[in-house]
Amino acid sequence: MYQVRFHGRGGQGVVTAAELLSVAAFMDGRHAQAFPSFGSERMGAPVAAFCRISDKPIRIREPVAAPDALIVQDASLVRNPDLLAGLDVTKVVLVNTTLAIHELRAEQLKTRVGLGKIVILPATEIAMELIGRNVPNVIMLSAFCAISGLIAFDTLTKAIESKFKGKIAQSNIAAAEKAWWLVQDQRLPAGPSRVTETTHA
Amino acid sequence: MLKQLEGSHAVAEAIAMCRPQVISCYPITPQTHIVEALSGWVKSGRLSPCEYLTVESEFAALSALIGASAMGARTYTATSSQGLLYMAEALWNASGLGLPIVMTDGNRAIGGPINIWNDHSDTMAMRDCGWIQLHAESNQEATDLHIQAFKLAEEISMPVMVCVDGFILTHAYERVDMPSQKEVDEFLPAYEPRQILDPADPISIGAMVGPEAYMEVRYLLHNRHLQALDVIPRISDEFRNKFGREAGGLVRTYRAEDAETIVVALGSVNGTIQDSIDDLRDAGHPIGSMSICSFRPFPLKAIRTALQNAKRVIVIEKNLAPGLGGILASNIRMALRGMTKTVSTVICGLGGRAIMKKSVTECLLKGHRDQLEDLSFIDMNWPAIERELEREKTTRRSGPMAEHLMFDVTKDVMPEPVS
Amino acid sequence: MTEHVKFYQTGTFTVGNRLLDEARRTVQSLMTRANSLNSGHRACQGCGEALGARYAVDTAVRETGGKMAIVNATGCLEVFSTPYPQSSWQVPWLHSLFGNAPAVASGMAAAAKVMGKDIRIIAQGGDGATVDIGFGCLSGMFERNDDVLYICYDNEAYMNTGVQRSGSTPARATTATTPGVGEQPGNKFGIGKNVPRIAMAHGIPYVATASVADLRDLERKVTRAMSFSGARYLHVHVPCPLGWGSDPAETLKVARLAVESGLFPLFEAEYGKVVGRRKIRRRVPVDDYLKMQKRFAHLFGAKGDPAAVARIQGIADANISEYQLDDIEAVKLLNI
Repeated sequence: MYQVRFHGRGGQGVVTAAELLSVAAFMDGRHAQAFPSFGSERMGAPVAAFCRISDKPIRIREPVAAPDALIVQDASLVRNPDLLAGLDVTKVVLVNTTLAIHELRAEQLKTRVGLGKIVILPATEIAMELIGRNVPNVIMLSAFCAISGLIAFDTLTKAIESKFKGKIAQSNIAAAEKAWWLVQDQRLPAGPSRVTETTHA
Repeated sequence: MLKQLEGSHAVAEAIAMCRPQVISCYPITPQTHIVEALSGWVKSGRLSPCEYLTVESEFAALSALIGASAMGARTYTATSSQGLLYMAEALWNASGLGLPIVMTDGNRAIGGPINIWNDHSDTMAMRDCGWIQLHAESNQEATDLHIQAFKLAEEISMPVMVCVDGFILTHAYERVDMPSQKEVDEFLPAYEPRQILDPADPISIGAMVGPEAYMEVRYLLHNRHLQALDVIPRISDEFRNKFGREAGGLVRTYRAEDAETIVVALGSVNGTIQDSIDDLRDAGHPIGSMSICSFRPFPLKAIRTALQNAKRVIVIEKNLAPGLGGILASNIRMALRGMTKTVSTVICGLGGRAIMKKSVTECLLKGHRDQLEDLSFIDMNWPAIERELEREKTTRRSGPMAEHLMFDVTKDVMPEPVS
Repeated sequence: MTEHVKFYQTGTFTVGNRLLDEARRTVQSLMTRANSLNSGHRACQGCGEALGARYAVDTAVRETGGKMAIVNATGCLEVFSTPYPQSSWQVPWLHSLFGNAPAVASGMAAAAKVMGKDIRIIAQGGDGATVDIGFGCLSGMFERNDDVLYICYDNEAYMNTGVQRSGSTPARATTATTPGVGEQPGNKFGIGKNVPRIAMAHGIPYVATASVADLRDLERKVTRAMSFSGARYLHVHVPCPLGWGSDPAETLKVARLAVESGLFPLFEAEYGKVVGRRKIRRRVPVDDYLKMQKRFAHLFGAKGDPAAVARIQGIADANISEYQLDDIEAVKLLNI
């Protein structure tokens, strides 16, 4: 089973990201579960969402305590205790920021996970450029899929099209493509070039 | 057809295919996505003919359906927690009048203190309202149970409540095999009322019944529940034959045939329990589980049979009955009357506290080793409780305990999962 | 199974009906009336509500050709009309709960609509069920403009449970929970709760007040109400001899004095505006009305409270002014 934990703020599409990932995995014929941390909904409040992917039916429903991948859509959360919990088996952390990794004030994160596993990505900038709104979720998701090799780009595109229509779908796909190639061209600072899945419960 | 979608949307699709004629809606987290989806389809004409009533309270929501059902329409609504309580009077009225209304309850804790997250306190509080109460283990089962619910309700002329864990199921995206409209139409015939307000044949429904007949009338209601003990498995069989999968029924066991210890629970926590069972079995422990789908009527015989060879039973409950402990465990003990078995109550998940597989496994192992108290709790913050009790001891005006605990808990370094 | 109307019930000898052409006779005077609230019910002697309900429902049956169904709130009417195992109703009738009749009616109307059945829905209840416990549901039904005629039979207290005060109980009336003792016996002078005006504030198609004092007017208003679709509200003043401490034989007189003193104004409104009123030719002082009822006895006599009576008179005067009830024309014409 592969477990992803998404962090961000209300309004950034964190929950949608988790759902999209689950839809993409489903399209690949796998079992997938996605759900948000539930709370009063408010723009700007910290939000977490979870996605599990497996080839067997998924029966547990607890929040993801030990994620294989951590996707941080808002860099202001990198010192948040909830975000820093359970990172022992985490293989990759994506952080949405324009800062260089040594500029990012995230000492605990760097210590717990290791610099080599942190990938920096200016997702908001790409979102503003290609989507016109600060919704970095699909960009982050795309980069994650490229790094992990979990979902093919075509599948991701199909998943995006199943959720969005018209211009929104097109602009998101364009942004996803840019993020994908940033990874492929190794133009993202640090991070592993590929993350393999483990059979971890 | 296989789909990946949110639980509440899956339920809404199933409901729509059952062709309800009158739907009433009053919003409350976490069921609202269901009625919202239905409103969209009514407006677009996808669900037609259907009258969609946006009402002013849950009491009105169920009352409207009582009227609609008495007129001969197929009816549906959804609620949770406070809403279920707000319609309490109407719940008893609907079952007392024998109206086959179907309702989803998105299980949610009852306040105070106010809490929007999942546990079973709401439907537990209404366990004697006369409604059939069915619990779904997964979103697939939630979908399937609603289709069965209409058939069941209309056949025995009793209202049916399908309990779906709030947030945990309602708001989770997972795979569901969605039946087709044709399949549902073949499974669920048009509604034929037992009683109907008809000018051509006027009747009076709902008169006062005095001591001379009330006992008999109540027994007849109870008798419908007893009938349901046969109808529920039969409908589940029919469902399996038509749709090709298990859903509903009275109880379902998992690796329990040779089990020394059997774990019993309602709803989605059974998934976590089954994962724990697998781990424990791998370690050589003869342990299994039983998921109860039909909580009301409570299948005494089926439970007795399923548990008869176990030495001990661990009942996992998402409801704490103040001053007593476990309701499900009490009901289980009734089923095991006369048998020498230990039945322990384990309470977890109250107010949406995450139920971690690791904690469940530890607890089940303890139980299997007869190390559990009669009543125990999973992942309870005992230090915070001790602190509050100390505070209450030292001063009379100790302040609101809920607010203190919130303060304490957020201060604490708790080995708690991300919420 | 409908019962035949007995000869003496038809009021064939009722003054006025024989002299009118058939079209203008009351429904009750006709041998062919539905008798929907059949004899054998257990209402008290002189019960205003039984009288009002019989007139109102029979009229509704005529207007709908019998294609109607009733939901009745808990209360006197429900209890005395369906003493288990008998029912005096000859029309489809449902009783659910105390506070939900308007909501049940909304559901019934929705069902009739979706099933394509031409069945009109009537909801009825006492003041307790309407003004107090069912008020939220009533407002909801109004707001949705559901096709329901709601009839409130107002006897100004929770009579069925033993005469307790309701939101409709008038000032200084003695009830079981506003006893006639102490410095200010009876119910307080409060703000009151004018449900007809609240109904008007919702802007629904038709609102009217009526009284058993003028049964022909009551029938006419039910007829008028049934000519609209959407939410309609009828508030009928019905004396309760037991609860009011009045003579059962004088129910109509008591009701008439309430109207003619101005304490219970009769008017009609459409879409929030008053469109008609029943003017008073010969005003009576409120004393005449109050003195007929034991619930106001403490206002009179040696230990009486003339100031309170004056205040009640003030309420009547305000009504007359508000609804322009003085029949100035008639007074002038007839030199009264």
